[in-house]
Amino acid sequence: MAKARRGKMAAMPRRIERDEVRRLLDQGAQLVEVLPKEEFEEEHLPGAINIPLRRIDARAGELLDSSRPVVVYCWDDP
Amino acid sequence: MYDYGSGKQDWLAAGLPTEGRVASWPRAGTVARTDAPTSSLDERRGEVAERVRAAGWDVCVVVNEERVVLGLLRGEQLEGDPGTRIEEAMRPGPSTFRPHVPIAEMARYMVEHDLPSTPITNGDGILVGVLRREDAAVAALEWQRRHAEEHDHG
Repeated sequence: MAKARRGKMAAMPRRIERDEVRRLLDQGAQLVEVLPKEEFEEEHLPGAINIPLRRIDARAGELLDSSRPVVVYCWDDP
Repeated sequence: MYDYGSGKQDWLAAGLPTEGRVASWPRAGTVARTDAPTSSLDERRGEVAERVRAAGWDVCVVVNEERVVLGLLRGEQLEGDPGTRIEEAMRPGPSTFRPHVPIAEMARYMVEHDLPSTPITNGDGILVGVLRREDAAVAALEWQRRHAEEHDHG
């Protein structure tokens, strides 16, 4: 798997809604839940990986494939 | 990169599949009955009440063409002048619950608040089904029994 270099994930994310999330997932997008590990383990969207927000800078480049779209989510709007 | 701003809450409210420790727990949306009677605003009370009784129900959900919940008809709203339009007879804007609420939580709430049944709606207000208190209580007890057995054998 191609790994993203640190810094490549820093672009301002574009807000999307549920239908587009599903469409992107069908096209192979990666799904990232940024909530704490305990909440992720309790329940998460299918196929999501967990990168808690406080660790996202350190782990995103290591865990994500820069060639595929990335969808991040938390519980709801802050 | 994309931001699913409405997040996990929106996904769960839509009743979509999930993974994780509690993903298989029974929820309001899985126990709710999908055959509950519905009516539109412009029907008459008499015909609706007859339909509801014939179907063996004591509640009817008033919905629009998109099945968005507009009101509720229970006992007293189903009695009286049969010529009254449902729009005038119904109790508008009833409380609803989302499909992802755990069934044990629903059962407890419905018992504590003496709520015989309640519409379950997705995040867009569209009717998923009607949850009856007896169904919620039975499902919650069954789930607790199974959960206890799994613990004992685990």
